[in-house]
Amino acid sequence: MSGLKRRDLLLAGAGVAAAGTLSAPMVHAQGTGGTLRCGFWDHWVPNGNVVMRELCAEWGRANRVDVQMDTVTSNGNQILLTINAQAQSRTGYDLMSFPAWEPSNHQRMLEPVDDVMRNLTQKYGAVTPAAEYLGKPGGNWVAIPAVAGTQLKPACVRFDLMQQHAGIDIRAMWPAQNAAGPTAGQWNWETFAKAAEACHKAGFAFGLPMGSFTDAVDWVGALFASYGAFLMDDKGAITVRNNAKLRAAVEMCVRISRFLPNDVWAWDDGGNNRALISGRSALVFNPPSAWAVAKRDAPQVAENCWTVPMPAGPEGRFAPYLPYFWGIWNFSRNKGAAKAFLEWLSDRAQAERQTNGSGGYDIPPFTSMSDFKVWETEGPPVGSVYNYPVRAHHNSRTSIAMAPAPAAMAVQMYNQGLNTKLIARIVQGGESVDQALGWVERELNTIRRGG
Amino acid sequence: MAADASMAPPMTPAPGSGRASTLQRLARRRSTIAVLMTTPLLVVLLGLVAYPAGYGIYLSTLNRRMTGFMEAEWLPTGLGNFEILFESETFWAVALQSCIFAITAVILKALIGFWLAHMLNDIPTKGQRKWRGMLLIPWVIPPALSTLGWWWMFDPSYSSINWLFQVVGIAEVPWLGEKWWARLSIIIVNVWYGAPFFMIMYLAALKSVPEQLYEAAAIDGASSWQRLRYVTLPMMANIISITVLFSLIVTFSNYDIVRVLTNGGPRDLTHVFASYAFQVGILSGNIPRGAAVSLFMFPILAICAFFVLRGVTRRNKEQM
Repeated sequence: MSGLKRRDLLLAGAGVAAAGTLSAPMVHAQGTGGTLRCGFWDHWVPNGNVVMRELCAEWGRANRVDVQMDTVTSNGNQILLTINAQAQSRTGYDLMSFPAWEPSNHQRMLEPVDDVMRNLTQKYGAVTPAAEYLGKPGGNWVAIPAVAGTQLKPACVRFDLMQQHAGIDIRAMWPAQNAAGPTAGQWNWETFAKAAEACHKAGFAFGLPMGSFTDAVDWVGALFASYGAFLMDDKGAITVRNNAKLRAAVEMCVRISRFLPNDVWAWDDGGNNRALISGRSALVFNPPSAWAVAKRDAPQVAENCWTVPMPAGPEGRFAPYLPYFWGIWNFSRNKGAAKAFLEWLSDRAQAERQTNGSGGYDIPPFTSMSDFKVWETEGPPVGSVYNYPVRAHHNSRTSIAMAPAPAAMAVQMYNQGLNTKLIARIVQGGESVDQALGWVERELNTIRRGG
Repeated sequence: MAADASMAPPMTPAPGSGRASTLQRLARRRSTIAVLMTTPLLVVLLGLVAYPAGYGIYLSTLNRRMTGFMEAEWLPTGLGNFEILFESETFWAVALQSCIFAITAVILKALIGFWLAHMLNDIPTKGQRKWRGMLLIPWVIPPALSTLGWWWMFDPSYSSINWLFQVVGIAEVPWLGEKWWARLSIIIVNVWYGAPFFMIMYLAALKSVPEQLYEAAAIDGASSWQRLRYVTLPMMANIISITVLFSLIVTFSNYDIVRVLTNGGPRDLTHVFASYAFQVGILSGNIPRGAAVSLFMFPILAICAFFVLRGVTRRNKEQM
């Protein structure tokens, strides 16, 4: 024992350790598929995260991949900050949830997913148009339209107040069945404006926000689209001057906004929810989240709510669509597993589980998936959200405000709320339509310069 | 003796080692020790101030996709974002609002802080601590949290202040919906949050004014206004200047109050540089232009700092 020195012992120990390490096979945490780090959007509906965790674990077990899931909140724009930080540092998750405009913003850093989308469209048919516009900038899919977090913003109507004050039987117009009612053809912006005036007179003004948050920009965007009114075309040319369709849309929007509560110019995305839940408003444009909260906090309000498509304009009916995407960073070390996982998540069975888990809030990107049972069975009243997804008999298309402008410019127009500010300058700022259109044209020029 | 020539107390050199003794001498030099002691601070300053500032300037010169320098029409290449901002109505409205907000808020905070400091200074020491603690509460609450409380009070539909107004028969106020009311709301919250800082700084300054000066002024028959004008204010001038400068910098770069209360609305009329930079840079995905917006604060604040610090230096020289 006296012959064994401390230095010799350390050397021998290091040699054994090194030999063991070098000769050992590469063993991953759970199996041979490695680790997949996922940053999913922190769902408003608590059960939404539970379902996603179950799906991660299920797929991970089946494929021997260690799927690590974090939830990233959109409160305080945390998800945007996380995306930008990871893009700048080129490190972070393998795959993430990307809010509507982010796939376009980060397209150079995202792994193309044309192969995944090809498989999915072969199985489930076409993707809804607005998702294609946002997820396929430059002709290639850079992210997969997600189920979790994707929402539509149709009209949530207090059918009792609408009947009483505007004389419209909204449930007969849009019943909970796969066919429109006999009066559905009358559901246009002209009818809507008259109903807005009637309900305003009765003290139940429509709760339509007019600030620069998404709920405001989205409904005004859908109205503009239904008039064929666009601020910029798909080539990036400004189309404001001498645009009769734009002027007609602006005039209709100005007309409606005069029958809204005085404070809508300061509403955030919760303003319309509060208006509905408090019983002060006869109509809001929102996903069923407002109605779901009313079920808990004001059941007498929820029992009288009915979701119907947006009113139509001269150029058709458009549903405001605000999706999330699932994207794979190009610095991911496990792109193959990420693609396989996201394709599996988008399959009908998993999509339905996500939608069910969110109480019908999550909208799948494939029009063929508009028939999930959850929208028929949720209530009270049963059938209230039957018309939440876009169904064939709605004759409606999904749209996002500022489309068809190139996404790089549309995102700036959208986040600066150019359409609602245009109306606010007229109604609140006292400018003429021409002055306000002149202002928006100058703003568009500054956005266009430098792309 | 010059600092770098001075030595720490001599140590016995290792016998027969010329290299070791040179190193030891170098290590014993006070300048070497000073450099070593300040290195952590320099590293922090370079890493957390100089690098982000330099990177921000670099970002502002890039195009939206950050693939090259931003082209310009009448400014050199790389300054295109600044050129676009110069030509944007919204940006000038933001610049105007930033100035209105910062200047009004700082003046109000200084006046209220000055008044509170005097009131506190007149309270006997025993009761002063209690009041001092209570008045500091707004300053120690995280602003994002307290602003949320204010937002509930200003809420467009369910404002508790408006509810109280209704009770006493006063018309409702559109706190966040009308241009000037929204601007005022933001200033109110900033003043509520920032006035205690002025108060505590001024209170410290007041306590350092020698009592003999007031006694001499009283013997000369000075009125309370004259004592304030000719004794208190000159003695507090430097601390007032420094506090105003510090507050101006913080107020100019304020973000959370605007973001929580109005999000820049109505019609971008309450945006300040920081909130607009966030909207353009992060929300709209144009990071270089957002960086250019935020850099506009720098020359304005640099000019303010130059004049304020020059005044402080002059007064110091006069007093020496």
